[in-house]
Amino acid sequence: MILLSCSSNHCSLSSNVMASAAAPSTILKSSSIFPHLGWGRRRRSCNLPSINRGVSKSTVAYYGLRSPPYKLDALEPYMSQKTLEVHWGAHHRNYVEALNKQLEKNDILYGCTLDELIRLTYNNGNPLPEFNNAAQVWNHDFFWESMQPGGGEMPKLGLLEQIEKDFGSFDNFKDKFIEAALTSFGSGWVWLVLKREKRCLAIVKTSNAINPLVWNDIPIISLDLWEHAYYLDYKNDRAKYVNTYMNHLVSWNAAAARMARAQAFVNLGEPKIPVA
Amino acid sequence: MDLTKNLTLPELPYGYEALEPAISGEIMRLHHQKHHQAYVTNFNKALHQLSAAVADGDTSAVVMLQSSLKFNGGGHINHSIFWKNLAPVSEGGGVPPKGRLGSAIDEQFGSLEALIQKMNTHGAALQGSGWWLALDKESKRISVETTANQDPIVTKGPTLVALLSIDVWEHAYYLQYKNVRPDYLKNIWNVMNWNYASAVYDKECPN
Repeated sequence: MILLSCSSNHCSLSSNVMASAAAPSTILKSSSIFPHLGWGRRRRSCNLPSINRGVSKSTVAYYGLRSPPYKLDALEPYMSQKTLEVHWGAHHRNYVEALNKQLEKNDILYGCTLDELIRLTYNNGNPLPEFNNAAQVWNHDFFWESMQPGGGEMPKLGLLEQIEKDFGSFDNFKDKFIEAALTSFGSGWVWLVLKREKRCLAIVKTSNAINPLVWNDIPIISLDLWEHAYYLDYKNDRAKYVNTYMNHLVSWNAAAARMARAQAFVNLGEPKIPVA
Repeated sequence: MDLTKNLTLPELPYGYEALEPAISGEIMRLHHQKHHQAYVTNFNKALHQLSAAVADGDTSAVVMLQSSLKFNGGGHINHSIFWKNLAPVSEGGGVPPKGRLGSAIDEQFGSLEALIQKMNTHGAALQGSGWWLALDKESKRISVETTANQDPIVTKGPTLVALLSIDVWEHAYYLQYKNVRPDYLKNIWNVMNWNYASAVYDKECPN
Protein backbone atom coordinates (compact mmCIF):
# COMPACT_ATOMS: atom_id res chain seq x y z
CA MET A 1 0.00 0.00 0.00
CA ILE A 2 1.48 3.32 -0.92
CA LEU A 3 0.26 6.45 0.77
CA LEU A 4 0.62 9.94 -0.49
CA SER A 5 2.75 11.98 1.81
CA CYS A 6 2.15 15.57 0.92
CA SER A 7 2.26 19.06 2.16
CA SER A 8 -0.77 21.05 1.19
CA ASN A 9 0.87 23.13 -1.55
CA HIS A 10 2.30 20.31 -3.49
CA CYS A 11 -0.11 17.53 -2.91
CA SER A 12 -0.75 16.33 -6.36
CA LEU A 13 -2.70 13.57 -7.91
CA SER A 14 -0.79 14.34 -11.03
CA SER A 15 0.76 11.97 -13.43
CA ASN A 16 4.10 11.64 -11.71
CA VAL A 17 2.45 9.78 -8.88
CA MET A 18 2.52 6.26 -10.07
CA ALA A 19 0.92 4.50 -7.16
CA SER A 20 -2.75 4.05 -6.64
CA ALA A 21 -2.90 6.26 -3.66
CA ALA A 22 -5.16 5.90 -0.72
CA ALA A 23 -6.80 9.10 0.35
CA PRO A 24 -4.43 11.43 2.18
CA SER A 25 -6.68 11.37 5.19
CA THR A 26 -5.16 8.06 6.13
CA ILE A 27 -2.18 9.97 7.40
CA LEU A 28 -2.87 10.35 11.09
CA LYS A 29 -2.16 13.63 12.70
CA SER A 30 -1.71 13.12 16.34
CA SER A 31 -1.33 14.92 19.52
CA SER A 32 -2.18 18.32 18.12
CA ILE A 33 -5.79 17.24 18.03
CA PHE A 34 -5.89 15.19 21.22
CA PRO A 35 -3.33 16.73 23.48
CA HIS A 36 -5.02 16.15 26.76
CA LEU A 37 -6.66 12.83 26.47
CA GLY A 38 -4.87 9.95 28.05
CA TRP A 39 -4.41 8.31 24.69
CA GLY A 40 -2.37 10.18 22.14
CA ARG A 41 -2.28 8.90 18.60
CA ARG A 42 1.07 8.28 17.15
CA ARG A 43 1.86 10.41 14.16
CA ARG A 44 2.76 8.29 11.21
CA SER A 45 3.54 9.07 7.68
CA CYS A 46 5.22 7.20 4.95
CA ASN A 47 8.21 7.77 2.80
CA LEU A 48 7.36 7.66 -0.84
CA PRO A 49 9.58 5.41 -2.86
CA SER A 50 12.16 7.27 -4.85
CA ILE A 51 10.12 7.16 -8.06
CA ASN A 52 8.20 10.12 -6.75
CA ARG A 53 11.08 12.53 -6.53
CA GLY A 54 9.01 15.26 -8.08
CA VAL A 55 6.61 15.42 -5.14
CA SER A 56 8.01 17.27 -2.15
CA LYS A 57 7.96 15.22 0.99
CA SER A 58 6.51 16.41 4.22
CA THR A 59 8.27 15.78 7.50
CA VAL A 60 8.66 12.16 8.37
CA ALA A 61 8.10 11.37 12.00
CA TYR A 62 7.17 7.95 13.17
CA TYR A 63 6.52 8.51 16.84
CA GLY A 64 5.73 11.58 18.87
CA LEU A 65 6.60 12.69 22.36
CA ARG A 66 3.56 12.19 24.54
CA SER A 67 3.14 14.67 27.41
CA PRO A 68 2.64 13.46 30.96
CA PRO A 69 -1.02 13.68 32.06
CA TYR A 70 -0.24 16.58 34.40
CA LYS A 71 1.74 19.81 34.31
CA LEU A 72 5.46 19.57 34.88
CA ASP A 73 5.21 21.16 38.33
CA ALA A 74 2.26 19.07 39.44
CA LEU A 75 4.33 16.50 41.29
CA GLU A 76 6.11 19.00 43.51
CA PRO A 77 7.55 18.72 46.09
CA TYR A 78 8.05 15.00 45.57
CA MET A 79 9.38 15.22 42.06
CA SER A 80 10.51 18.68 41.08
CA GLN A 81 9.56 20.57 37.97
CA LYS A 82 13.25 20.73 37.13
CA THR A 83 13.45 16.95 37.13
CA LEU A 84 10.41 16.67 34.89
CA GLU A 85 11.85 19.28 32.56
CA VAL A 86 15.11 17.40 32.13
CA HIS A 87 13.78 13.86 32.44
CA TRP A 88 10.80 14.33 30.13
CA GLY A 89 12.01 17.29 28.08
CA ALA A 90 15.52 16.01 27.42
CA HIS A 91 15.91 12.30 28.15
CA HIS A 92 12.49 11.12 26.99
CA ARG A 93 12.52 13.48 24.03
CA ASN A 94 15.96 12.27 23.00
CA TYR A 95 14.76 8.68 22.96
CA VAL A 96 11.88 9.66 20.68
CA GLU A 97 14.08 11.61 18.32
CA ALA A 98 16.76 8.94 18.26
CA LEU A 99 14.14 6.30 17.51
CA ASN A 100 12.67 8.33 14.67
CA LYS A 101 16.12 8.78 13.21
CA GLN A 102 16.79 5.07 13.35
CA LEU A 103 13.45 4.23 11.76
CA GLU A 104 14.15 6.53 8.84
CA LYS A 105 16.84 4.17 7.77
CA ASN A 106 15.06 0.92 8.39
CA ASP A 107 12.16 0.01 6.17
CA ILE A 108 11.56 -3.37 7.70
CA LEU A 109 10.58 -1.97 11.07
CA TYR A 110 8.27 0.63 9.62
CA GLY A 111 4.58 0.41 10.39
CA CYS A 112 4.46 -1.27 13.78
CA THR A 113 2.77 -0.04 16.89
CA LEU A 114 5.23 0.78 19.62
CA ASP A 115 4.38 -2.41 21.53
CA GLU A 116 5.00 -4.51 18.44
CA LEU A 117 8.22 -2.67 17.73
CA ILE A 118 9.51 -3.41 21.21
CA ARG A 119 8.80 -7.11 20.93
CA LEU A 120 10.28 -7.27 17.45
CA THR A 121 13.48 -5.42 18.24
CA TYR A 122 13.98 -7.32 21.50
CA ASN A 123 14.70 -10.18 19.16
CA ASN A 124 14.37 -12.80 21.89
CA GLY A 125 17.15 -11.44 24.01
CA ASN A 126 19.54 -10.34 21.30
CA PRO A 127 18.24 -6.82 20.92
CA LEU A 128 18.54 -4.78 17.77
CA PRO A 129 19.84 -1.22 18.05
CA GLU A 130 16.33 0.22 17.87
CA PHE A 131 15.22 -1.70 20.96
CA ASN A 132 16.78 0.60 23.48
CA ASN A 133 15.13 3.71 22.12
CA ALA A 134 11.76 2.09 21.43
CA ALA A 135 11.57 0.50 24.85
CA GLN A 136 12.65 3.64 26.66
CA VAL A 137 10.03 5.71 24.85
CA TRP A 138 7.38 3.24 25.97
CA ASN A 139 8.83 2.93 29.46
CA HIS A 140 8.76 6.63 30.07
CA ASP A 141 5.21 7.05 28.72
CA PHE A 142 4.16 4.31 31.11
CA PHE A 143 6.11 5.81 34.00
CA TRP A 144 4.57 9.29 33.76
CA GLU A 145 1.15 7.69 33.72
CA SER A 146 2.04 5.55 36.72
CA MET A 147 2.21 8.68 38.82
CA GLN A 148 -0.26 11.40 39.67
CA PRO A 149 -0.44 14.51 41.82
CA GLY A 150 -1.82 13.42 45.18
CA GLY A 151 -0.72 9.86 44.59
CA GLY A 152 0.23 7.22 47.08
CA GLU A 153 -2.13 5.81 49.72
CA MET A 154 -3.73 2.54 48.82
CA PRO A 155 -5.46 0.82 45.96
CA LYS A 156 -9.09 -0.09 46.39
CA LEU A 157 -11.62 -2.77 45.59
CA GLY A 158 -10.61 -5.37 43.03
CA LEU A 159 -7.00 -4.33 42.70
CA LEU A 160 -6.54 -4.34 46.45
CA GLU A 161 -8.13 -7.77 46.67
CA GLN A 162 -5.80 -9.12 44.02
CA ILE A 163 -2.76 -7.65 45.79
CA GLU A 164 -3.86 -9.16 49.06
CA LYS A 165 -4.39 -12.47 47.34
CA ASP A 166 -0.96 -12.53 45.72
CA PHE A 167 1.13 -10.84 48.42
CA GLY A 168 -0.74 -11.53 51.63
CA SER A 169 -1.32 -7.88 52.45
CA PHE A 170 -0.77 -4.49 50.92
CA ASP A 171 1.98 -3.72 53.43
CA ASN A 172 3.80 -6.87 52.47
CA PHE A 173 3.55 -5.90 48.80
CA LYS A 174 4.84 -2.42 49.57
CA ASP A 175 7.80 -3.80 51.51
CA LYS A 176 8.65 -6.22 48.75
CA PHE A 177 8.41 -3.53 46.09
CA ILE A 178 10.68 -1.20 48.00
CA GLU A 179 13.12 -4.01 48.70
CA ALA A 180 13.26 -4.85 45.00
CA ALA A 181 13.96 -1.22 44.18
CA LEU A 182 16.76 -1.00 46.71
CA THR A 183 18.46 -4.21 45.64
CA SER A 184 18.52 -3.26 42.00
CA PHE A 185 22.02 -2.76 40.70
CA GLY A 186 22.73 -0.21 38.03
CA SER A 187 20.15 1.40 35.79
CA GLY A 188 16.78 -0.21 35.45
CA TRP A 189 13.14 -0.37 36.47
CA VAL A 190 10.91 -2.08 39.02
CA TRP A 191 7.47 -3.23 37.93
CA LEU A 192 4.28 -4.59 39.34
CA VAL A 193 3.11 -6.92 36.60
CA LEU A 194 0.24 -9.26 35.95
CA LYS A 195 1.76 -12.50 34.79
CA ARG A 196 -0.21 -13.95 31.95
CA GLU A 197 0.66 -17.59 32.36
CA LYS A 198 0.61 -17.71 36.13
CA ARG A 199 -2.40 -15.37 36.33
CA CYS A 200 -1.10 -13.52 39.35
CA LEU A 201 0.56 -10.26 40.24
CA ALA A 202 4.32 -10.20 40.72
CA ILE A 203 7.16 -7.74 41.27
CA VAL A 204 9.80 -7.74 38.55
CA LYS A 205 13.15 -5.97 38.24
CA THR A 206 14.56 -5.16 34.82
CA SER A 207 17.81 -3.57 33.76
CA ASN A 208 18.39 -0.70 31.37
CA ALA A 209 15.52 -0.58 28.89
CA ILE A 210 13.98 -4.00 29.27
CA ASN A 211 10.29 -4.13 30.18
CA PRO A 212 7.79 -6.92 30.89
CA LEU A 213 6.27 -6.64 27.41
CA VAL A 214 9.13 -8.72 26.10
CA TRP A 215 7.91 -11.63 28.23
CA ASN A 216 4.33 -10.96 27.24
CA ASP A 217 3.35 -9.92 30.76
CA ILE A 218 1.12 -6.95 31.53
CA PRO A 219 2.71 -4.09 33.47
CA ILE A 220 0.55 -2.41 36.10
CA ILE A 221 2.91 0.22 37.57
CA SER A 222 6.57 1.04 37.15
CA LEU A 223 9.33 2.92 38.94
CA ASP A 224 12.31 4.39 37.11
CA LEU A 225 15.55 3.54 38.90
CA TRP A 226 17.94 5.16 36.47
CA GLU A 227 19.86 7.75 38.43
CA HIS A 228 18.61 10.53 36.21
CA ALA A 229 15.12 9.91 37.57
CA TYR A 230 15.98 11.00 41.08
CA TYR A 231 19.45 12.48 41.22
CA LEU A 232 18.47 16.14 41.01
CA ASP A 233 15.93 15.76 43.81
CA TYR A 234 17.43 13.11 46.05
CA LYS A 235 21.09 12.80 44.99
CA ASN A 236 22.31 9.39 46.09
CA ASP A 237 19.42 8.77 48.50
CA ARG A 238 17.56 6.21 46.44
CA ALA A 239 15.72 4.90 49.49
CA LYS A 240 14.08 8.26 50.09
CA TYR A 241 13.05 8.50 46.45
CA VAL A 242 11.49 5.04 46.45
CA ASN A 243 9.59 5.64 49.66
CA THR A 244 8.35 8.99 48.44
CA TYR A 245 7.14 7.35 45.25
CA MET A 246 5.13 4.76 47.18
CA ASN A 247 3.70 7.28 49.62
CA HIS A 248 3.02 10.28 47.42
CA LEU A 249 3.38 9.62 43.71
CA VAL A 250 2.16 6.21 42.62
CA SER A 251 -1.19 6.35 40.85
CA TRP A 252 -3.42 3.51 41.97
CA ASN A 253 -6.10 4.94 39.68
CA ALA A 254 -3.92 4.28 36.67
CA ALA A 255 -3.08 0.87 38.07
CA ALA A 256 -6.76 0.01 38.51
CA ALA A 257 -7.54 1.03 34.94
CA ARG A 258 -4.69 -1.10 33.66
CA MET A 259 -5.85 -4.04 35.77
CA ALA A 260 -9.36 -3.72 34.39
CA ARG A 261 -8.03 -3.74 30.85
CA ALA A 262 -5.71 -6.64 31.64
CA GLN A 263 -8.64 -8.76 32.73
CA ALA A 264 -9.89 -8.74 29.17
CA PHE A 265 -6.84 -10.84 28.41
CA VAL A 266 -6.21 -12.76 31.60
CA ASN A 267 -8.91 -14.62 33.46
CA LEU A 268 -8.25 -14.11 37.13
CA GLY A 269 -11.37 -15.60 38.54
CA GLU A 270 -12.59 -19.10 38.96
CA PRO A 271 -15.23 -19.85 36.35
CA LYS A 272 -18.64 -19.43 37.88
CA ILE A 273 -20.29 -22.62 36.79
CA PRO A 274 -23.81 -22.72 38.11
CA VAL A 275 -24.70 -25.89 39.87
CA ALA A 276 -27.98 -27.36 38.77
CA MET B 1 41.33 -16.67 53.84
CA ASP B 2 40.49 -14.00 56.32
CA LEU B 3 36.99 -12.97 55.38
CA THR B 4 36.75 -10.37 58.06
CA LYS B 5 39.35 -7.94 56.75
CA ASN B 6 37.27 -4.91 55.99
CA LEU B 7 37.65 -2.47 53.15
CA THR B 8 38.17 1.17 53.92
CA LEU B 9 37.38 4.20 51.85
CA PRO B 10 40.62 5.44 50.27
CA GLU B 11 41.51 9.11 50.57
CA LEU B 12 41.12 11.31 47.57
CA PRO B 13 44.60 12.37 46.36
CA TYR B 14 43.39 15.99 45.90
CA GLY B 15 40.74 18.34 47.25
CA TYR B 16 37.09 18.04 46.28
CA GLU B 17 37.18 21.26 44.27
CA ALA B 18 40.50 20.49 42.63
CA LEU B 19 39.05 19.10 39.42
CA GLU B 20 36.87 22.06 38.61
CA PRO B 21 35.60 23.16 36.17
CA ALA B 22 35.68 19.73 34.56
CA ILE B 23 34.01 18.05 37.52
CA SER B 24 32.34 20.11 40.22
CA GLY B 25 33.23 19.90 43.90
CA GLU B 26 29.63 18.99 44.71
CA ILE B 27 29.81 15.92 42.49
CA MET B 28 33.21 14.88 43.83
CA ARG B 29 31.99 15.17 47.40
CA LEU B 30 28.87 13.10 46.79
CA HIS B 31 30.68 10.65 44.59
CA HIS B 32 33.42 9.96 47.11
CA GLN B 33 31.66 10.38 50.46
CA LYS B 34 28.33 8.83 49.55
CA HIS B 35 28.56 6.55 46.55
CA HIS B 36 32.02 5.09 47.05
CA GLN B 37 31.45 4.90 50.79
CA ALA B 38 28.23 2.97 50.18
CA TYR B 39 30.08 0.41 48.07
CA VAL B 40 32.65 -0.01 50.85
CA THR B 41 30.04 -0.31 53.58
CA ASN B 42 27.85 -2.73 51.68
CA PHE B 43 30.77 -4.85 50.60
CA ASN B 44 31.91 -5.19 54.20
CA LYS B 45 28.39 -6.15 55.18
CA ALA B 46 28.19 -8.78 52.46
CA LEU B 47 31.64 -10.06 53.38
CA HIS B 48 30.55 -10.44 56.97
CA GLN B 49 27.47 -12.34 55.91
CA LEU B 50 29.61 -14.47 53.61
CA SER B 51 31.91 -15.32 56.46
CA ALA B 52 28.94 -16.46 58.55
CA ALA B 53 27.47 -18.43 55.66
CA VAL B 54 30.76 -20.21 54.99
CA ALA B 55 31.13 -21.03 58.66
CA ASP B 56 27.59 -22.44 58.71
CA GLY B 57 28.08 -24.36 55.52
CA ASP B 58 25.10 -22.49 54.06
CA THR B 59 25.76 -22.89 50.35
CA SER B 60 22.59 -21.13 49.24
CA ALA B 61 23.47 -18.05 51.23
CA VAL B 62 26.98 -18.09 49.82
CA VAL B 63 25.60 -18.12 46.29
CA MET B 64 23.01 -15.46 47.03
CA LEU B 65 25.66 -13.08 48.27
CA GLN B 66 27.69 -13.22 45.07
CA SER B 67 25.85 -10.49 43.22
CA SER B 68 26.19 -8.08 46.12
CA LEU B 69 29.89 -8.89 46.46
CA LYS B 70 30.45 -8.41 42.76
CA PHE B 71 28.53 -5.17 42.61
CA ASN B 72 29.89 -3.53 45.73
CA GLY B 73 33.38 -5.01 45.45
CA GLY B 74 33.53 -3.96 41.84
CA GLY B 75 32.31 -0.52 42.78
CA HIS B 76 35.11 -0.16 45.30
CA ILE B 77 37.79 -1.45 42.93
CA ASN B 78 36.62 0.73 40.09
CA HIS B 79 36.33 3.92 42.06
CA SER B 80 39.67 3.41 43.77
CA ILE B 81 41.26 3.33 40.34
CA PHE B 82 39.11 6.18 39.06
CA TRP B 83 40.30 8.65 41.72
CA LYS B 84 43.89 7.93 40.68
CA ASN B 85 43.01 8.36 37.02
CA LEU B 86 42.17 12.00 37.62
CA ALA B 87 44.47 14.82 38.61
CA PRO B 88 44.10 18.56 38.98
CA VAL B 89 45.50 20.62 36.14
CA SER B 90 48.12 21.97 38.54
CA GLU B 91 49.41 18.45 39.07
CA GLY B 92 49.61 17.46 35.45
CA GLY B 93 45.99 16.63 34.73
CA GLY B 94 45.28 16.72 31.03
CA VAL B 95 48.93 16.64 29.97
CA PRO B 96 49.24 14.10 27.16
CA PRO B 97 51.39 11.02 27.69
CA LYS B 98 54.94 11.03 26.51
CA GLY B 99 57.33 8.17 26.64
CA ARG B 100 56.45 4.62 25.86
CA LEU B 101 52.74 4.88 26.48
CA GLY B 102 52.51 7.82 24.11
CA SER B 103 54.28 5.89 21.36
CA ALA B 104 52.19 2.80 21.97
CA ILE B 105 49.02 4.85 21.61
CA ASP B 106 50.24 6.46 18.41
CA GLU B 107 51.20 3.08 17.05
CA GLN B 108 47.99 1.27 17.96
CA PHE B 109 45.42 4.02 17.48
CA GLY B 110 47.07 6.47 15.12
CA SER B 111 47.09 9.39 17.50
CA LEU B 112 45.96 10.46 20.93
CA GLU B 113 43.03 12.30 19.36
CA ALA B 114 41.92 9.13 17.66
CA LEU B 115 41.99 7.26 20.94
CA ILE B 116 40.04 9.97 22.72
CA GLN B 117 37.52 10.02 19.92
CA LYS B 118 37.07 6.28 20.12
CA MET B 119 36.69 6.28 23.87
CA ASN B 120 34.18 9.10 23.79
CA THR B 121 32.10 7.34 21.18
CA HIS B 122 31.98 4.17 23.25
CA GLY B 123 31.30 6.07 26.42
CA ALA B 124 28.47 8.07 24.96
CA ALA B 125 26.90 4.96 23.50
CA LEU B 126 26.99 2.94 26.69
CA GLN B 127 23.45 2.46 27.89
CA GLY B 128 22.64 2.63 31.54
CA SER B 129 25.53 2.45 33.90
CA GLY B 130 29.01 1.33 33.16
CA TRP B 131 32.68 1.83 32.96
CA TRP B 132 35.01 2.22 30.20
CA LEU B 133 38.68 1.69 30.37
CA ALA B 134 41.60 1.85 28.04
CA LEU B 135 43.87 -0.84 29.17
CA ASP B 136 46.73 -3.11 28.58
CA LYS B 137 46.68 -6.80 28.03
CA GLU B 138 49.53 -9.06 28.88
CA SER B 139 49.63 -9.33 25.13
CA LYS B 140 50.93 -5.77 25.35
CA ARG B 141 48.02 -4.37 23.37
CA ILE B 142 46.01 -1.41 24.52
CA SER B 143 42.28 -1.71 24.03
CA VAL B 144 39.15 0.24 24.79
CA GLU B 145 36.66 -1.79 26.83
CA THR B 146 33.33 -1.11 28.41
CA THR B 147 31.89 -2.97 31.33
CA ALA B 148 28.37 -2.89 32.69
CA ASN B 149 27.25 -1.67 36.09
CA GLN B 150 30.19 -2.05 38.45
CA ASP B 151 31.91 -4.95 36.76
CA PRO B 152 35.64 -4.49 37.14
CA ILE B 153 37.89 -4.75 34.12
CA VAL B 154 39.02 -8.27 34.99
CA THR B 155 35.54 -9.49 34.06
CA LYS B 156 36.50 -8.76 30.48
CA GLY B 157 39.69 -10.77 30.68
CA PRO B 158 41.87 -11.98 33.53
CA THR B 159 45.05 -10.42 32.14
CA LEU B 160 43.57 -6.97 31.63
CA VAL B 161 44.93 -4.06 33.62
CA ALA B 162 43.31 -0.65 33.79
CA LEU B 163 45.30 2.28 32.48
CA LEU B 164 42.47 4.76 32.49
CA SER B 165 38.84 4.69 33.42
CA ILE B 166 35.89 6.99 33.01
CA ASP B 167 32.84 6.52 35.18
CA VAL B 168 29.76 6.97 33.00
CA TRP B 169 27.20 6.23 35.67
CA GLU B 170 24.87 9.20 35.76
CA HIS B 171 25.87 10.05 39.32
CA ALA B 172 29.34 10.87 38.02
CA TYR B 173 28.15 13.85 36.01
CA TYR B 174 24.43 14.48 36.32
CA LEU B 175 24.35 17.44 38.70
CA GLN B 176 26.67 19.37 36.44
CA TYR B 177 25.99 18.12 32.92
CA LYS B 178 22.46 16.73 33.26
CA ASN B 179 21.78 14.47 30.32
CA VAL B 180 24.55 15.90 28.14
CA ARG B 181 27.03 13.11 28.66
CA PRO B 182 29.16 14.04 25.62
CA ASP B 183 30.12 17.35 27.30
CA TYR B 184 31.27 15.48 30.39
CA LEU B 185 33.30 13.14 28.22
CA LYS B 186 34.88 16.05 26.41
CA ASN B 187 35.87 17.91 29.58
CA ILE B 188 37.14 15.02 31.62
CA TRP B 189 40.18 14.75 29.39
CA ASN B 190 41.34 18.06 30.85
CA VAL B 191 41.91 16.36 34.17
CA MET B 192 43.05 12.98 32.97
CA ASN B 193 46.09 11.70 34.82
CA TRP B 194 48.30 10.33 32.11
CA ASN B 195 51.22 10.06 34.55
CA TYR B 196 49.41 7.32 36.36
CA ALA B 197 48.56 5.56 33.11
CA SER B 198 52.17 5.77 31.94
CA ALA B 199 53.44 4.43 35.24
CA VAL B 200 51.11 1.44 35.07
CA TYR B 201 52.04 0.83 31.46
CA ASP B 202 55.76 0.93 32.15
CA LYS B 203 55.34 -1.42 35.08
CA GLU B 204 53.20 -3.98 33.26
CA CYS B 205 55.15 -3.76 30.01
CA PRO B 206 58.76 -3.70 31.03
CA ASN B 207 60.96 -3.25 28.03
